[in-house]
Amino acid sequence: MKLIDEEGRRLDGRRFDELRKIKIEAGVLHRAEGSCYLEWGGNKVVAAVYGPREAVPRHTQDPVKAVVNARYNMAAFSVDDRKKPGPDRRSREISKVTSEALERVIITDLFPRASIDVNIEILDAEAGTRCAGLTAAAVALADAGIPMRDIPVACAAGKIGAEVVDGEVKGGYVVLDLGKDEDNYGNADLPIAIAPRTDEILLLQMDGHLTYEEFEQALDLAMKGCHIVSKLQREALLNKYRPDLEENL
Amino acid sequence: MSIIPTLKKDYIYKLAKQGKRIDGRGFNEYRPITIEPGIIRKAEGSARVKIGNTQVVAGVKMDVGEPYPDTPDSGVITTSAELIPLASPDFEAGPPQEDAIELARVVDRGIREAEVVKLEELCIEPGEKIWIVFIDIHVIDYDGNLFDCASLASLAALYTAIVPAEKFDLGENYPLPMRGEPPISCTAAKFNNALVFDPLLDEEEVAEARLTVATDAKGDLHAMQKGLSGGFTVDEVKKIIKGAIVNGREIRKKLQESIEKVKQNDT
Amino acid sequence: MQARKIVLPGEFLGETRSLKAGRGTFIEHGKIYAMILGIFERRGKLVQVIPIKGRYEPVEGDFVIGIIEEAMPSSWLVDINAPYPALLHVSETPWDIEFGDTEKYLKTGDSIMAKVLFIDVEKKLQLTLNDRNLYRIRGGHIIEVEPSKVPRIIGKKGSMINLIKRYTRCRIIVGQNGRIWLDGDDKSIAKVLMAIKLIEEESVSYGLTNKVENLLKMMT
Repeated sequence: MKLIDEEGRRLDGRRFDELRKIKIEAGVLHRAEGSCYLEWGGNKVVAAVYGPREAVPRHTQDPVKAVVNARYNMAAFSVDDRKKPGPDRRSREISKVTSEALERVIITDLFPRASIDVNIEILDAEAGTRCAGLTAAAVALADAGIPMRDIPVACAAGKIGAEVVDGEVKGGYVVLDLGKDEDNYGNADLPIAIAPRTDEILLLQMDGHLTYEEFEQALDLAMKGCHIVSKLQREALLNKYRPDLEENL
Repeated sequence: MSIIPTLKKDYIYKLAKQGKRIDGRGFNEYRPITIEPGIIRKAEGSARVKIGNTQVVAGVKMDVGEPYPDTPDSGVITTSAELIPLASPDFEAGPPQEDAIELARVVDRGIREAEVVKLEELCIEPGEKIWIVFIDIHVIDYDGNLFDCASLASLAALYTAIVPAEKFDLGENYPLPMRGEPPISCTAAKFNNALVFDPLLDEEEVAEARLTVATDAKGDLHAMQKGLSGGFTVDEVKKIIKGAIVNGREIRKKLQESIEKVKQNDT
Repeated sequence: MQARKIVLPGEFLGETRSLKAGRGTFIEHGKIYAMILGIFERRGKLVQVIPIKGRYEPVEGDFVIGIIEEAMPSSWLVDINAPYPALLHVSETPWDIEFGDTEKYLKTGDSIMAKVLFIDVEKKLQLTLNDRNLYRIRGGHIIEVEPSKVPRIIGKKGSMINLIKRYTRCRIIVGQNGRIWLDGDDKSIAKVLMAIKLIEEESVSYGLTNKVENLLKMMT
């Protein structure tokens, strides 16, 4: 499948360093303590936070800090072929690496024995759901008033358009934020999450084939993407709470 | 489940004696309802429905499968619900519990028994190949009355669903064959001898009994479900059915308008 | 008048060389950052972030409205809207209770006005009923608000809550934990609810006392 046209444009017309369209809304649910709705390209995600609350069952408690439980879940109707409801190996793995990434920025020692539960629901999926999910979860955490050192953010870069000639990989382009076909027919994907204040890497996964130089390029691009998305996260939170201030001055 | 403060219960009871509810509604009155069909691109049909703060997303997916031996030339509907921990601090992760199963079955019955999906047209090769219609109910925000919210979302998803024939090399895509007007489920809860429609979570928590009634446009009954450990008098049941018919008419109008809007946009 | 500024977790607030880090902040390499979403406040050298949302964080000496979760042989487990349930031991009540008789005094679902006695390092909480104005609450109605809005609802030295009491003649008790007990006739309670709603919605704005007074005047 041809992923780049003669003029160097991607299938959906994006430049190499261009993100898909992103929309973020904070505080959208009534019951949860913090929540977020996020659209990222064709992805639609809702995230909700409960806690800190006493962790149950008791054996899961840590006497010196809170445990962070992120739960990534895909709705049965969110994918092309209906997915059987409930967690599979893939969603368990994403839940684990997401929990670990979020735990790094949450100031957990303020809440010994507690759990902070972060629920991420993928309602519509189109490549890059783990980045969209983590980004939404971070907004929901801030919205819930959870103490954090930073608001984490995720984005992916990857490689598309390489050809195999005589067993050798030739060409290809490092691009930001793989879309659906780029994800399916591309050569490599590198999702990362960072703490944008320090650029510390909180999540990093990779699959496919990259040279070291391409990796550096992709990481740099993904970082840049993260900082753009980070701005949108902040705007969403400020939009939710700032009107209170300005209208009433 | 969380503890219900005795004071809250007493207050809800006290108000009910004066004919009032904690959010100021009348006993037969519904909260504002919004219906948004077609919000999930990956689904064959979908809808988000809000009743007050309660929010449900339902999606329809279709697949080709084998018919049941006793209905060799008929399609199949299967309905599942997930009470995901996103929607309430009291919902737990894991396989569906009794509450989720009851919710899915009550929604399923309301739709199935009114025979609105033309299952006979969902046969591809008699005895061999049929369409399976999966309805999946995803509860997003829980503030009472999931039954009505989930039924409405499922119906809106079905009435706007497209059969993905192209994906299976079975010709062109076409709208899911439906017949007649949608059956509408209305739920009432009883506490301290008061009957209230569209109960809030606070009201459900103090409720002794609950009755869901699915009626069609003619006012005929198609499915009912009584829940919780309290009982109803015969008169109470009749009263709820009459209320369900009246409320059902209003809600049906709203549902049909939202479906029409989608169909107009498509053409 | 200077606009109140909303800050987000991780936002830089100043250097420890010149400023003092207050609540809602943390220090990293000599720099002070916000750790929660909230309103930035600077008083002299002290910088702090006042939360807009978030759970109630108990402090010793706080007056709270609790709901009994469970009666145990010599104590009760009490929900005080905090991350953790609190313990009320029989010795911290004015009653002379025999072992196993706790249910006769307070049962599941009952509400109490209690004081936070102490909090240990593992955040285990103990309550007491042994003080003035602590008791089992009977009658009336309890509502919940964001715990972060409680200081605004009380007002400076109780100015806001006294204003509401004066105009509505309701009995009102505000727990630090975001639970508010109300008693009075329905019309007065409706007024109190309107006033509290206004405070909740505009808790960060100036001149709130006047706005609330105008609302209460309008309704009488």
